Amino acid sequence: MQERSISDLMAARAAGELSAADLADHFLARIQCLDGDLNSLVSICGDSARERARATDAGDVENATGKLAGLPILHKDIFCTRGVRTGCGSRMLDNFVAPYDATAVAGLNSAGAITLGKTNMDEFAMGSSNETSFHGPVANPWNTSHVPGGSSGGSAAAVAAGLAPAATGTDTGGSIRQPAALCGVTGIKPTYGRVSRYGMIAFASSLDQGGCFARSAEDCAHVLQSMAGFDPRDSTSVERDVPDYSAALSGDIAGLRIGLPQEYFAQGLDPASRAVVDAAIAELEGLGAEIVEIGLPHTELAVSTYYVLAPAEASSNLARYDGVRYGHRCADPVDLDDLYTRSRAEGFGREVQRRIMIGAYVLSAGYYDAYYLKAQKTRRLIARDFSEAFDQVDLIAAPVTQAPAFKLGEKLDDPVAMYLNDIYTIPANLAGIPGMSVPAGFVDGLPVGLQLLAPWFEEARLLNAGHAFQQATDWHTYRPPGFE
Amino acid sequence: MMSLGWETVIGLEVHIQLATRSKIFSSAPTAYGAEPNTQASAVDIALPGVLPVINAGVIRMATMFGLAIDAQIAPYSVFARKHYFYPDLPKGYQISQFELPIVSAGHLDITLADGREKRVGITRAHLEEDAGKSLHEMFDRHTGIDLNRAGTPLVECVSEPEMASAAEAVAYARKLHALVQYLGICDGNMQEGSFRVDANVSVRPAGTHEFGTRTETKNVNSFRFLEQAIDFEIERQIDVLESGGSIVQETRLFDPDAGETRSMRSKEEAHDYRYFPDPDLLPVAIDTDFVDAARADLPELPDAKRARFGQQYALSDDDAAALTASRELADYFEATVAAVGGDARANGKPAANWIMGELSGALNRDGLAITGAPVTADQLGGLIARINDNTISGKIGKDVFEALVAGEGASADAVIDARGLRQITDSGEIEAFVDQVITDNPDQVQQYKDGKTKVVGFLVGQVMKASKGKANPREVNQRLVAKLDAL
Repeated sequence: MQERSISDLMAARAAGELSAADLADHFLARIQCLDGDLNSLVSICGDSARERARATDAGDVENATGKLAGLPILHKDIFCTRGVRTGCGSRMLDNFVAPYDATAVAGLNSAGAITLGKTNMDEFAMGSSNETSFHGPVANPWNTSHVPGGSSGGSAAAVAAGLAPAATGTDTGGSIRQPAALCGVTGIKPTYGRVSRYGMIAFASSLDQGGCFARSAEDCAHVLQSMAGFDPRDSTSVERDVPDYSAALSGDIAGLRIGLPQEYFAQGLDPASRAVVDAAIAELEGLGAEIVEIGLPHTELAVSTYYVLAPAEASSNLARYDGVRYGHRCADPVDLDDLYTRSRAEGFGREVQRRIMIGAYVLSAGYYDAYYLKAQKTRRLIARDFSEAFDQVDLIAAPVTQAPAFKLGEKLDDPVAMYLNDIYTIPANLAGIPGMSVPAGFVDGLPVGLQLLAPWFEEARLLNAGHAFQQATDWHTYRPPGFE
Repeated sequence: MMSLGWETVIGLEVHIQLATRSKIFSSAPTAYGAEPNTQASAVDIALPGVLPVINAGVIRMATMFGLAIDAQIAPYSVFARKHYFYPDLPKGYQISQFELPIVSAGHLDITLADGREKRVGITRAHLEEDAGKSLHEMFDRHTGIDLNRAGTPLVECVSEPEMASAAEAVAYARKLHALVQYLGICDGNMQEGSFRVDANVSVRPAGTHEFGTRTETKNVNSFRFLEQAIDFEIERQIDVLESGGSIVQETRLFDPDAGETRSMRSKEEAHDYRYFPDPDLLPVAIDTDFVDAARADLPELPDAKRARFGQQYALSDDDAAALTASRELADYFEATVAAVGGDARANGKPAANWIMGELSGALNRDGLAITGAPVTADQLGGLIARINDNTISGKIGKDVFEALVAGEGASADAVIDARGLRQITDSGEIEAFVDQVITDNPDQVQQYKDGKTKVVGFLVGQVMKASKGKANPREVNQRLVAKLDAL
């Protein structure tokens, strides 16, 4: 069942061949059996999922005929889910039960999707390996001694292991595309403003964007359809029609101009991974795409720009976690300072504390101009690189990471090496453009992804290119041993 | 309260609570006095994942305010986050405006004690959200937090340091207070904190130009306290300086019971608020159409109304100023004159006298505001009309007014009829009283005939007394003199 596409599953349910209860039971059973070694889930909503599945089958819920009626789905634990603990990978929110659904979750619910559980993640989405989670690291299903990537590592690993047909994720600097690449699944980060951030716990507000993981571009199109759209509760969401993504999947990319940014193929890129990416690009060319070399000259500024802006916003966004109204509170505070200091010192892990300190520093009087303001300027240069590139090409193709998944613990004590892991994904966040990772091959048994980037709001073009690639290749159909 | 050799520099920061129904960034209601934490939404308590959305009414009100103080309305203004930790600040930052406020470079003209006008500059006015309240008294060794007020929209209006005395500062604050109520953007309730004035005060040797070190005094919730607080602070600073000390830049609290300001004792550590533009909110873009629409919505402002009252109702500038002190009072006055009917220029002064005399006395006596006046403008206008047409005398009018205050009748006419106060103008009836008085007072009549004509006043009084005050005094006077002269 876990091999079937979402449209196939939905059609089978419509035909009476499968029930929502069958789907829920099947994937809950897989979670029960297979997640032990992965640690990809932090909450399992078995009872509520089964109940909702039964109600869906009985036609007792208003969305029983929704486009995704009965589709089991997992949510990254950064999305608020009503009545379910929403912990964001942190001790700070380990006791926080959200009283409301994030808009993206509500969209999927009203399409009829059924939440099976919440997925593990780096604490407050700060990490590239899923090792900063309060719930412990997630293992990569392709090799459990390797990381799944992060911060949406739980969602990527769960979909790769076939624990659910799809999962939500968020991408602030690569947190969907990088784990998708490292776990061999398809992941899309839409344009900033395409999916509402309401109810998505903020890391860096101007960069965060919700998206999804699935086994194919086609499946992603179905899921994204129910997440995207304007939300009056998010001032940065964009009032613009959402095209029919599935209808855009013609599989035809003949004549599409695809740019290869030379900066993404420079030193640092592992030769074996490069060979995989080159082969994927050759495949696209074989499908009729025109391959063009382009330049994104400010790429080298991206990581440092990002590591000023993202921590700055994070230090502010995380100020609300003070032990006063909800979340972790230290025992027996002697006074207000003690309450703040110990609650935050105990509630936040090392990486989160590091970023709060970096962020507070770059925003402080006397440093603001040199760091924050300058980073805003370089951010504009990076965005301009893309808008100029998209004058020449329709899409950009590039690697997602410099190398396949590294070993658990390998970079944990070297934050800069960890940060550099996002060198190819961060620029799209800074520019706000949509990006996707599709499975493109393997190196030493570990998946390698191909990154596709499109102009603002051209998710349909992106999904169609991924779909065309997946029609011509079978990399996305490979399953990790033991999880078939 | 000026010591010789020193001059005072005062600037005011006024927090004006905007009279919107819902909060600045959430849909929770803003009504005052609800049970703690019943008017705080997920956004107001800063739950994980929530986002602010600007209330468009707030932008409109700030624009109207900017136009009313002749300021620049920024075509592009930005919300910024101001960070500090405090339990009643749920997000750990306040959404405010920093580098690009919505309103800048305005002014307010105040009238000084000697009648001169003085222009006080307004540096800027920016939008921000209020914090919640910390309740220190209600819980033993604990502090309660009420977040009902969190997210209430405020305009913070910052004046130039251009006022030279407590009296000037009070004149400025009163003028601003009247203005925001005229605009309908603030209820002006100082007790409930809808209009909060913080006073920045410094002194310097007379004739010098460098500013002295200033203190900021908070917790001043009436104009009287504002005056007391500033005067106290001026004296205190001069005392400190004259005894060789120096002023500490600090925040002080006014204690209304002691009539003094006290250091808040909070360590005045240089607070770094780490301002940066709020990435959850788009910049506020205001185009000329929006400004024009706001301008069209502006009511008549106090200065314009005052000038018009002088012209239209033939009032002195003092009367016009007093009657336009609040929009409600001005409205009451105009409704009264309209109810009298006839010539507005002739009726303006009597209406002004009644309102600032009898009515204001009645309001003060019962601690009422003009909006709670026991006599309506229609009733008062009807009363003045009856005096004008000689139905009653001015003196009887005061009785009628008191009767209306006591709720004795629906109108002046009803009271006059019920009490039989209609003035006697029938000449036969008056003549009978006059004849009687002449007969009863032969000595005074003789005095009159001897040329002591002043005695006529006594005789008129006797006639009025006999008629129980209802005879028309002018008529009585005429008849009496005619009779006496004919004797």
